[in-house]
Amino acid sequence: MNDRTLDISLTVNGARVQECVEARKTLVDFLREDLALTGSHVGCEHGVCGACTVRVNGEIVRGCLMLAVQCDGAEVETIEGLSDSGGVSDLQAAFEQRNALQCGYCTPGMIAAAQDLLKRAKKLPSRDEIREHLSGNYCRCTGYHAIVDAVEAVAQARAGAKK
Amino acid sequence: MKPAPFAYKKVRTLKEAVTLLAKHKDNARLLAGGQSLIATLNMRLSAPALLIDINDLKGLDGIVKKGKFVEVGALARHAQVERSDVISRYAPLIALAMPHIGHPAIRNRGSFGGSIAFADPAAELPACLLALGGEVEIASTKGKRKVKADAFFKGLFETAVRPHEIVTAIRIPVADKYTRVGFAELARRHGDYAIVGLAASARANGKGLADVRLAYFGVGDTPIRVKKAEAELTAGNIDAAVSALDLEPHDDVQATAKVKKHLAGVLLRRVATQLLEARP
Repeated sequence: MNDRTLDISLTVNGARVQECVEARKTLVDFLREDLALTGSHVGCEHGVCGACTVRVNGEIVRGCLMLAVQCDGAEVETIEGLSDSGGVSDLQAAFEQRNALQCGYCTPGMIAAAQDLLKRAKKLPSRDEIREHLSGNYCRCTGYHAIVDAVEAVAQARAGAKK
Repeated sequence: MKPAPFAYKKVRTLKEAVTLLAKHKDNARLLAGGQSLIATLNMRLSAPALLIDINDLKGLDGIVKKGKFVEVGALARHAQVERSDVISRYAPLIALAMPHIGHPAIRNRGSFGGSIAFADPAAELPACLLALGGEVEIASTKGKRKVKADAFFKGLFETAVRPHEIVTAIRIPVADKYTRVGFAELARRHGDYAIVGLAASARANGKGLADVRLAYFGVGDTPIRVKKAEAELTAGNIDAAVSALDLEPHDDVQATAKVKKHLAGVLLRRVATQLLEARP
């Protein structure tokens, strides 16, 4: 035990986790390598692509731009947790129906970012607003139209369900 | 890539932070939002021996109106500033700029003070601070000092902050009914660093403008004021202001110098229109 390796204690997808981690380990590497939660993907490793998007204390963050040691005491949610909770099942179904994914590498980050938008939106988001909110998530397959379609459809369906 | 090994220390008081900085100076880096620092660590462009994590410092994330200034604590997150009523009422230029800073996930972590201290020449907030004529509060073991925006940005990623110092707050003059602001930015993708951007402030003076301050970003080593163009715009000559732009941008991966110069003129016309429109 020294300043380069630290004990951390946090909640991941509702489960208590205690681990000893290197200070230099990013959150996404910790999730993937130490906890075998490989749904969060590693793309660019410098905050540009959004494939590593996870939630920390309820807010989406870049898993590659946060250190695991910074998450001591935090509540982390990954796509595994979001998926198991059922909270994004409509988004997942819409992505599948509209071919909003091909290789799927960006999808966990896309779902997390889209859920963040829909959770936060006070009114029905426009297509421009959807694009703006997802601007930090690269997709190299679909050309985005199908993704925007899927998110828009879910936004409308959820708004309709509330009425 | 992965970061080179470093030691990590989470501090809980400002005193602890500045004491560690005084001891380690250039071998240590302060970790605030980390949205630039951790990227440079991952790419091994930076390899400090020690990271001093200041995220748990209390009282450094306030956004309050204090007399003639809005004071933004260095640790205020971009998302917090973006949603702040104090900012939208008293610092409208900052409010205009916020949605352009990175993406939602970046704004949730990135800090206001970090952006100022890092001084990326293509970043929005340093240019806004310069356009507004704000000031930066800096602390060390010897106490606190203030530096005006015009004297703060020294060179490429270089500021008036010394290795043993920490930015603690940013002060922005409170906007009143005569304040006019303008902001425009061109980027390939929403939220990316600007190809060229322009932040501006002025005072309404009858139908014209006074105290025009135009701060460009993405066209040099620092945010840059264009004083000849400011004078022309104060005199009401938009065409002359565009001709008077004395910027010397370099080619970069996004655009050639020639394109950047052209775009700087385009943005000036857009921002001049914003400045001349009365605020609701």
